[in-house]
Amino acid sequence: MTNLNYQEKIPNNVNLSTDLSLQRALEHWQPKFKNWWTEMGPEGFQASDVYLRTATSVDADGWATYGKVKMPEYRWGIFLNDKVVDRKIHFGDNIGKPVWQQVPGDYRSILRRLIVTQGDTEPASVEQQRELGKTCPSLFDLRNLFQVNVEEGRHLWAMVYLLHAYFGRDGREEAEALLERNSGDVDNPRILGTFNEPITDWVSFFMFTYFTDRDGKYQLKSLAESSFDPLARTCQFMLTEEAHHMQVGETGITRMIQRTLEVMNELKTDSIDAVRNAGAIDLQTIQRYINFWFSSSLDLFGSEISSNSATAFANGLKGRPDEMRYEDHSEKNSTFTFEGLSLENTIETQTIPMRNAMNEITRRAYVTDCEVGLKRWNRLIKKAGHDIQLKLPSTRFRRNIGIWAGVDVNPDGKILQKSDFESKIAAWLPSDEDKQFINSLMVQVVEVNKTAGWIAPPSRGINNMDIGFDYVNLKS
Amino acid sequence: MITFDRDPNNYKHWKVDIKENKATLFLDVSEKDGIKPGYDLKLNSYDLGVDIELNDIVQRIRFEHPQVKVVVITSNQEKNFSAGANIYMLGQSEHTWKVNFCKFTNETRNGFEDSSESGSLKFIAAVNGICAGGGYEVALACDEILLIDDRSSTVSLPEVPLLGVLPGTGGVTRLIDKRKVRKDLADIFCTNADGIRGKKAVDWKLVDYIAPPSKFADLIDERVKKITSTVKLRDGKEGIKLNKLNRNITNEGINYDCLNAKINREDRIANIHIIGPTSNDVLNLEDIGKKGCDWWPLKFARELEDLILLLRTNELEVGVLTMTSEGSTDDILNVTSIIEKNKDVWLINEIIGLLRRTLSRLDLSSRSIFTIIDNNSCFSGLLAELLFAADRTYMLNNAMSPDDLKGPFITLSDINFASLEMVNGMSRLATRFNNDELKLKKLRNIIGKPLDAESAFEEELITVIPDDLDWSDEIRLSVEERTSFSPDALTGLEANLRFPGKETCETKIFGRLTAWQNWIFNRPNAVSEKGALKLFGTGSRAKFDNKRV
Repeated sequence: MTNLNYQEKIPNNVNLSTDLSLQRALEHWQPKFKNWWTEMGPEGFQASDVYLRTATSVDADGWATYGKVKMPEYRWGIFLNDKVVDRKIHFGDNIGKPVWQQVPGDYRSILRRLIVTQGDTEPASVEQQRELGKTCPSLFDLRNLFQVNVEEGRHLWAMVYLLHAYFGRDGREEAEALLERNSGDVDNPRILGTFNEPITDWVSFFMFTYFTDRDGKYQLKSLAESSFDPLARTCQFMLTEEAHHMQVGETGITRMIQRTLEVMNELKTDSIDAVRNAGAIDLQTIQRYINFWFSSSLDLFGSEISSNSATAFANGLKGRPDEMRYEDHSEKNSTFTFEGLSLENTIETQTIPMRNAMNEITRRAYVTDCEVGLKRWNRLIKKAGHDIQLKLPSTRFRRNIGIWAGVDVNPDGKILQKSDFESKIAAWLPSDEDKQFINSLMVQVVEVNKTAGWIAPPSRGINNMDIGFDYVNLKS
Repeated sequence: MITFDRDPNNYKHWKVDIKENKATLFLDVSEKDGIKPGYDLKLNSYDLGVDIELNDIVQRIRFEHPQVKVVVITSNQEKNFSAGANIYMLGQSEHTWKVNFCKFTNETRNGFEDSSESGSLKFIAAVNGICAGGGYEVALACDEILLIDDRSSTVSLPEVPLLGVLPGTGGVTRLIDKRKVRKDLADIFCTNADGIRGKKAVDWKLVDYIAPPSKFADLIDERVKKITSTVKLRDGKEGIKLNKLNRNITNEGINYDCLNAKINREDRIANIHIIGPTSNDVLNLEDIGKKGCDWWPLKFARELEDLILLLRTNELEVGVLTMTSEGSTDDILNVTSIIEKNKDVWLINEIIGLLRRTLSRLDLSSRSIFTIIDNNSCFSGLLAELLFAADRTYMLNNAMSPDDLKGPFITLSDINFASLEMVNGMSRLATRFNNDELKLKKLRNIIGKPLDAESAFEEELITVIPDDLDWSDEIRLSVEERTSFSPDALTGLEANLRFPGKETCETKIFGRLTAWQNWIFNRPNAVSEKGALKLFGTGSRAKFDNKRV
């Protein structure tokens, strides 16, 4: 690569063309990334032309440039939100001091760990979703899948940029390791457990983008508050893209429900069998998928009482999402009261130092955000004249991390006897039969302007294009 | 009251799986079962209670399962081996508790190495997840460390960067002395909270072998097989059941079958009185096997170990231990001779090992020890070790007695020259004479010869030999004087005087590492309200006094 075409090859606003050491690091890493994309990226569509959005700058014109491109030639760029002049640390013990433009030595390893953990999830989700193209319900959805995939790829670039630019040799080693771990690989798994489960059907994909990517949004919101300015600015820009992923999830689930309601109204029935026989997904099954994905996403926020979260907050490394909405930004002596688990395995009110509760505070903001979609879906259902309502299970339900890990709690949050719980748990989660049924619906639809029967067509196209536009040219 | 014996059917923190030559210990710490209230044992972190169980388990494997040659230590928690000693426990504990906790855990770790070096059990750490601080120190005490290479599991010693203290359970010492990690790499390792994984951990000699998750079980099997063939004295058929000790704790003291302790809290002294073996203990090997844990040497060792631990933890102010004994010198010499002649038999080897480690606990106790030989005493053979473990010895001199009394006598035996080495790797006699070969040769020539007070004094084996007129006053004055001194100064003095001569990994751990750690444990940078140890988990940063001392 020569200096001249840097902006062309790697769109960026970090002065890549003049930063020799960063160039060297990225030149070493980029071929490995391309290899990884070819081997672990979307299976079977590497030669297809896909109508994708590419960020070429951070301003309103540049962040969304549309055009057809083969995915391996996608221009993954490096973008940070513009610098705020004289930005000051606004939470923790160092309020009022200037934010850091370089990594302070004392926080080097904890910041690196935060970035690596965040970075690891980005390629992980591409790997988890690599088989989905084979069963897409429409070209529109196929394109959305790939848009999500390339943007997760760009988010990986964003984290790798931080590792390369600010963490020296350790950072370069970590950047390589991000490509060496693989989702579901027994020997080299991804760091977080959830990201090692393959996503093989589109119901799970929409649930993942609605619930699990929303965890990503809240992690990014916390990091966007960071006193390490390059990290904050990187995450701020990533959030604009992440919003799209959740949009894919929300509209996907909405369209599934729409289709189900259509079938129920056409056949004038709410019989599960009748809905299934007509090729739509009954609302009860959708509820079980919500139970599964919501609860597994909650674990990603970590333990309710956490010393790591206290350290990250006090030192200004990771704030609360929308930190400025809170009044006290130090929270040094304040406390947090919540429903915890007593030694006798009952629910009791507990009070802990506020700083140790940062995971739980972030989780609560996330839950509130999740509720919005539920409200919309329930309105649709009600408008169609049905009594059934979808709901989020209790945050205590089916947890593997934190104080509720392994506690036998039902979706309403009540602690049950072990035997009672074990006899009921299967009914709250997708059963093998549910999965078989969902898999039977997963048939690839790639004709222009057609949509699979289990999901309603989209209400509008991408970038004002027609719904019938050929968003993906399969054989080009 | 804290006790150290455990019921093997009731472990809270470990699961034990014994198959043929291999015992696998799965660490799975029960969060809510801390030995004291006030903290949760998250992430397989441990407190004294977890270590007491480990000590009990290993002890039982030694005696009850003589076919076991290799012990594999691993974790039952996913992706997590052990986070080390529980920080909140350390943060809330008094200094004395921290020190005793570290001492006991150190002794348990040393016990692994002691077994490994003496033909008994070998140990493999199968590190199948994140392994930090004290967790890695457990691994360091094993013969081999196997690390799962899943790209995220690391070994680390994060004490300095995270807590402002040292990896004080042998960590620093074993890194450079045992594993021979280069000091600059050790410097990086000990200041990097994230730790090191995979191939780099092998390159830096932090671990011995790595394998990806799919091959980790194979690696363990392979190493177990390899190491099994190097174990010399674990070929027993039938084990010896370690029954519950016959112990009676009263306000005045603690009584066992082979010894009792009278505690005088007002004067801050305890008298440990040993009741020697009888002719019923002079047996052949087969009958020893039948008598099992009731055979005097084994019972004595278990009782003495239990007593030392109880006194250390529960009687902090008792500063002077006087040791007395009663029994037949012939019988103790005969029993000692059985041990010497059969030291290559697995059971006898294990009994020697237990005696060696128990006497070491005595050397390492921060209490003054005076051993007193009167007319009833039987401090000969293996019990003569209690003369040389003492800071001072008093022997009644009856030479001028009007009743023409003979004795008391002490008699040396081979065991006083080998088998019961201190942590410095030398016998107590060699230590006493700073390895003076001529002197030791001379002493070897009087093995088996009864020595009265004057000849024992002549041979430099005894400190003071008062006659019967001075006897009781001399001892009373010495003890009273001793208890009037600063306990700290005495601990320091004794710890220095007891270990002349060369250093070993263990003496460095108990001397250098522990001393520094205990200094740091007392400094504001660790334990003040703004110290790193106190603030851990709150998120606030420690405020250091930046003067280097």
